[in-house]
Amino acid sequence: MAEQQPGTTQKPGSFLERLPSLSILGPLVALLLAVVFFSLQSERFLTGQNFSLILQQISVVAVLAIGQTLIILTAGIDLSVGFVMALGTMVMAKFAVELGLPPLLAILCGMVVTTAFGFLNGFLITRFRLPPFIVTLGTMNIAFALTQIYSRAQTVSGLPEAHLFWGNTFRIGETVLTYGVVLMIVLYLVVWFFLSETAPGRHLYAVGNNPEAARLMGIPTQRVLLLTYTIAGFFYGIAGWLLISRTSVADPNAGQTENLETITAVVLGGTSLFGGRGVILGTLLGAIIVGVFRNGLTLTGVSSVYQVLITGILVILAVTADQISKRRS
Amino acid sequence: MDANPILPPQPTGLTPPQATPAPKPKVVLEARGLVKRYGHVTALDGTDFELREGEILAVIGDNGAGKSTLIKALSGAIIPDAGYIFLDGKPVHFRSPIDARRAGIETVYQDLAVAPAMTIAENLFLGREILRPGWLARLLRWIDKKKMLEEASADMKDLKIGIRSMNQAVETLSGGQRQGVAVARSAAFARHVVIMDEPTAALGVKEGNMVLELIRRVRDSGLPVIIISHNMPHVFEIADRIHIQRLGKRAAVVNPKTISMSDAVAVMTGAKVAEELSPETLAY
Repeated sequence: MAEQQPGTTQKPGSFLERLPSLSILGPLVALLLAVVFFSLQSERFLTGQNFSLILQQISVVAVLAIGQTLIILTAGIDLSVGFVMALGTMVMAKFAVELGLPPLLAILCGMVVTTAFGFLNGFLITRFRLPPFIVTLGTMNIAFALTQIYSRAQTVSGLPEAHLFWGNTFRIGETVLTYGVVLMIVLYLVVWFFLSETAPGRHLYAVGNNPEAARLMGIPTQRVLLLTYTIAGFFYGIAGWLLISRTSVADPNAGQTENLETITAVVLGGTSLFGGRGVILGTLLGAIIVGVFRNGLTLTGVSSVYQVLITGILVILAVTADQISKRRS
Repeated sequence: MDANPILPPQPTGLTPPQATPAPKPKVVLEARGLVKRYGHVTALDGTDFELREGEILAVIGDNGAGKSTLIKALSGAIIPDAGYIFLDGKPVHFRSPIDARRAGIETVYQDLAVAPAMTIAENLFLGREILRPGWLARLLRWIDKKKMLEEASADMKDLKIGIRSMNQAVETLSGGQRQGVAVARSAAFARHVVIMDEPTAALGVKEGNMVLELIRRVRDSGLPVIIISHNMPHVFEIADRIHIQRLGKRAAVVNPKTISMSDAVAVMTGAKVAEELSPETLAY
């Protein structure tokens, strides 16, 4: 065949071109292996009811991890996620139970607080050019202290119906699902659309991939960063609402393990810690992987310490893969 | 030529010796007395600049001569402390690269300013994506990937760079091809001027020549081009005129067809001043 006219063909081409989707292939294989393994170990594992349970268990972390993914795509990191969420849940609960605000207004106030924290993170990072790691380490402690002070370290219960809304269930055949799980999936689809199909979404990738290039191409990089952290804060608010729907209380000590769990989900899902590479649905996959391992190990009677151990190993493996693929490119 | 062949040392006037006043071609981009200081370092010390219609103007100079600063001022990447810039005879004040781009000046940066993980099509349209039609798409800023792909293919075809798919990530390309993407992006969007900072640096011989050919094609399409380069053979091969920058000032503008490379380098390094050159080598 004659040489192709340069730049005319649109054949989806080489192996290299499909590399981005490869980053999601690893986690997918890991998930399938885990599912097969646990199915052989326990007959209770491979049931609709069990998978519904896994989805419920991961919903809070998965929604938090949306915010974390957006931030990591910009080559940042957020260590304050879980603690900001906990503060949000406390505001949602106490504003309704103690101040007597209408439940939905109280929830809105909680979301405003988490969004404001996201904005604060973004403001400090963009305005003073501080490293995200340090800024969010600081706001993590501030959010934790505020939660303890405001709640006097007391759990708040007796929450109104609206606060528990996402815990309501419906049936598909034999399987009972919560509205919270549906919300989680919808949020993932919305963010997927935003990231892959809209101009601001692509700009977010560009800012993470090469901030200087993005700036020179006229993208307001600082505004993109500020908005990313702010939007992430909004997702922490939604996650807070999901959390109190699941637990029916606002616990001042909630959210303490979620920081690392969100980062785990993001990294397992194939998003690069160096920014600019990754897909949001990978994060959902990452969260599901963690959920499946937890659930499977529990069902097979393995002590929870080993669950932590295995999660740790998985994260190291994923980060190593990320580093190797970065060096290759 | 009626100019005096014997050139006595001129009094240190600011105006360089004038060749025969001939009707000058139209000036597209002009700068007068640009000054830029960084702390106590003076990068630009009242430099002038002139780019004419349909030409490739090379800017050369030793390290620290201020050529990068000059180009950054012209492309809006820095704001000069003093001086004026005129585009098509009208004064302009660029406060950012976006301002310069809006005015029709596109720049190809030395480090290429591409997002390596993104596709060629995405890089071509970065910051000015094509949106789908309709109010909803406009509201969501929903990009039209298919159209961007088609237009990217058309742009690249014009420049004959030989890249198969616009859907491949830029990091999968060779250095020359990446440069090609950056040049194509500028050429596709520039309305007045294309500026290229070291377009052939870090390229092999073959790829360097490909890029030079690309630059000629851009000029022949009607866009004047400014290139900054350390590569003298490339400069002499491609430039119509050469602006020599020295110590933050324009030392001379010379004609590559009549001046020797060693004379150009002598002016660049200060071994000779413009007044010592024979008039027919000057190109003011």
